[in-house]
Amino acid sequence: MDLPQGTLDLLILKVVALGPVHGYAIAQRLQQVSRDVVQVPQGSLYPALHRLENRGLLAADWKETETGREAKFYRLTRKGRAQLDTETESWRQLAEAVQLILKMSEGGAE
Amino acid sequence: MTWWNRLLRQKRMEEQLEKELRFHLEQHTADLIALGHDPAEARRQARLGLGGPEQVKEECRDARGTRWLEDLWQDVRYVLRTLRQRPGFALVALATLGLGIGATTVMFTVINGVVLKPLPYPEPDRLVKLQEKTDWSTQFGNLWGFTYPNFLDCKSGTRSLDLAAWHYGGGTVSGSASAEYVNSREVSADLFSLLGVTPIRGRAFRSDEDRLGAPPVAIISYGLWQRRYGGDAAVIGMPLVFEEKPYTIVGVTPEAFRIGDEVDLFTLLGQDVSPRMQNRAVHGIQVWARLRPGATLAQAQAELTLVGRHLADEYPKSNKGRTFIAEPLSPEVGDVRSTLWLLLGAVSLVLLIACVNVASLLLARAVSRERELAMRVALGAGQGRLVRQCLTESAVLGLSGGVLGILLAAAGVRPFVRFWPGSLPRVEEVHLDWRVLLFALAASLASGLLFGLAPALRSTTRELEQTLRAGARTLAGSSRRMHAGFVISEIALAVVLLVSAGMLGRMLLRLSSLNPGLNIQNVLTARTALSPATLTNPSQIRAAWDDILNRARSVPGVQSIATVDTVPLREGNNQIGYRITPDPQPENQQPLVLASSVSPDYLQVMGIPLRQGRFFDQQDRMGNEPVVVIDDVMAQEAFHGQEPIGKHLWIGLGTDPLRVVGVVGHVRYWGPAGDDQARVRAQLYYPFAQVPDELLRRWSELMSIAVRTSSEPLSTIEPLRRAVRGATGDQVLYEVQTMDHLASAALARQRFLLLLFGIFAGLALVLACIGIYGVLAYLTNQRVPEIGVRIALGATARDVMGLVMRQSVGMIFVGVGVGIAGAWAAGRVLMRLVEGMQSSEPLSFAVMIPVLVIAALFASFVPARRASRVDPVKALRQE
Repeated sequence: MDLPQGTLDLLILKVVALGPVHGYAIAQRLQQVSRDVVQVPQGSLYPALHRLENRGLLAADWKETETGREAKFYRLTRKGRAQLDTETESWRQLAEAVQLILKMSEGGAE
Repeated sequence: MTWWNRLLRQKRMEEQLEKELRFHLEQHTADLIALGHDPAEARRQARLGLGGPEQVKEECRDARGTRWLEDLWQDVRYVLRTLRQRPGFALVALATLGLGIGATTVMFTVINGVVLKPLPYPEPDRLVKLQEKTDWSTQFGNLWGFTYPNFLDCKSGTRSLDLAAWHYGGGTVSGSASAEYVNSREVSADLFSLLGVTPIRGRAFRSDEDRLGAPPVAIISYGLWQRRYGGDAAVIGMPLVFEEKPYTIVGVTPEAFRIGDEVDLFTLLGQDVSPRMQNRAVHGIQVWARLRPGATLAQAQAELTLVGRHLADEYPKSNKGRTFIAEPLSPEVGDVRSTLWLLLGAVSLVLLIACVNVASLLLARAVSRERELAMRVALGAGQGRLVRQCLTESAVLGLSGGVLGILLAAAGVRPFVRFWPGSLPRVEEVHLDWRVLLFALAASLASGLLFGLAPALRSTTRELEQTLRAGARTLAGSSRRMHAGFVISEIALAVVLLVSAGMLGRMLLRLSSLNPGLNIQNVLTARTALSPATLTNPSQIRAAWDDILNRARSVPGVQSIATVDTVPLREGNNQIGYRITPDPQPENQQPLVLASSVSPDYLQVMGIPLRQGRFFDQQDRMGNEPVVVIDDVMAQEAFHGQEPIGKHLWIGLGTDPLRVVGVVGHVRYWGPAGDDQARVRAQLYYPFAQVPDELLRRWSELMSIAVRTSSEPLSTIEPLRRAVRGATGDQVLYEVQTMDHLASAALARQRFLLLLFGIFAGLALVLACIGIYGVLAYLTNQRVPEIGVRIALGATARDVMGLVMRQSVGMIFVGVGVGIAGAWAAGRVLMRLVEGMQSSEPLSFAVMIPVLVIAALFASFVPARRASRVDPVKALRQE
């Protein structure tokens, strides 16, 4: 299933909010958590990460992984957390609204 | 990390990006292997999952937001590389642009200093100039200089203004060193503080000194201090004798300080004892003011109007219908302004041609790079990106040309200013400043945009696939049209400049051939200041002048000598109204005439022909019948062909009739350029000996001598000076000039314009020819295969040449057509701005256009000939 426009950023922010994580792990996590429903096009993952970093929503440090290799770990900045909160809220509202509309259509058919 | 940090660490960022993506691939591969995939298969899948690594990287770079800067840097390096590859192109383009921008910048530097810069005082926008204004007009308009009492009343009657006044003056400084005539100003004490000027030595005037009876003090200029006192610091407190009156020097003004002109001596207006200072009807005082903090010009004007109304009630005789007006004080530069703008216009046309030339060079290059560009689009470069690259190229060229131009301008401004005919007003203000740099920058960027736009826009409109498929030498029609457009505009611009230069040349020829009305060979004129001691007594004045003439006659080489107050071709004149009936007539309805008071030998000295009657002799003196001599223009104007000899006329409001005793030839008093259109041309001479006693002093102050010499007049200057010096040694000659020099100075502006227009037109011609040559060579080169086919099919060399020449003749024809329209408009501008330009000189079209056409045909002949020699076999193989 393709991601709706703009949701990739939200999902990335959500995943990174759980703790510092590198790009590959973000891709893995997204796929696992969504039970393979959401196929993140990995090609657009990295540009998205760089864009979020550039906007100051994410910060990055080079750290060692548990396997002892150096990787770029992303973490949420304060600005990023605020952005995540507002986007989550608006997403929730949108989802509710869509739900309502869908229900109403069912009711209208009765 | 800030954006410039990112830019600086670009290399490290690239490495990190590479590392991050590699980590992803390796981790993914490892996971896939752990799931039981074959290693090679795992690698393949991981790579597929990520997508093309270069594309991902490119997108990441875009996401960084510093992309444009990185691109710009890349483009600049690319441009520099390509320019280095073709040094010939780079050199021609840079030299053309540098010259164009340099010349334009020089003109702008002068305009900036002379016209645009505010006055060199603190807060110049708070300075205003005050004038008296009447609700009726004389022949000279309705604006007047102030009277001193009016000035004092305005000063005490306004709260929003600080007022200061000054008055023109001049006189003989004598005393320790030899006598010398100096330019002076009587000023009110607060003029210096009003302008914000502090003396560099000593002090400014104090207000308690600005009254009758106060100890006489003077401030001298830096120039006089150096010249007369050798820059001695002890000059403060030294005595100075000016017009026989002793002063104490209290200060020295800064070197650059001027009031209009250079002034050597300042005295106090309030110490002037002459009766005009108390007279509410004698005008001529200049009033400058500064708005007090918080006050506006409108407030000041309202206050002045009120003062004007009060004074009109109180002194109806002198002040009825008279009020005062304030306007911002601005530098007076006269007709220099129009000359400068004219030259800037002309030089801009040259710059425009240079731009068109570079544009056509760039376009030719863009066309030959078309396949490269198309290839890059195919590989994923955005159209916008290519436009940006093209514009970067022209911006780099434009800015380098601009830098070169600024350097040229920095070196060229001084020589240009020195080259200026006569004295350039405010020349001390002319130098490169931020305004000039800004102008040069704007000019170079504008030029860059101008010549870069055509090739840049073109790079987007091409159809990719078609271009890639087409052979390297297939020529697109749009480029041909654009090239033709370039050639046409170059020719049109060159025509405008050539014809303008031609018009100026024709005009100068015509003016030089005009009869000045007098014999300018071997005549010397000099203003003469009598010994100040003699000026108090009319009979002494008359005797002193006779004495000067007698002494001068004895100088070897002097043939004849006369006194005259207003010398033709020189600055200054005396216009008076006259009437031919004794009935009183309001002054502002009387026709005007240029009046000169002369001694009897004047006609002989100047070589003016006597037409009728007689000129003056020794009998025409005080007590005998007042007589005048008129010129043939006035004879016609006043008496309309009737016999003028024996007729009477009256001057101004005077009641005494003056008898016309002779008619002489018209002298082109205003110079060959201005005389025909001058408002006042009629001339009248009256004997200096009949000037009434009460006017004699004033007249004497204005008097000059004119001397006809038997040999080179300059060699008699020194003996003449010595002879005239007199018993007291303080009679001096100043502003010594030959009539020859005055005559040539009268046309100096026209000659200077012609010279510069000639240079610009020459440059335009050369540039246009280079442009035509370049474009045709390029176009023909593109058509080599076609020409090869034509020759293979039987076309002769003549046919091929005809083919190329027809193309060029077409462009020349259209260009000349457009140019003629432009030149006609330029002629209108010249007629308005250049004195002496009376028609658009049709002959100059007929002379200059063939010059251009021949040069252009010659420039296109070379490529045409080369085309006719194309070897068909080679040409076809090339395809």
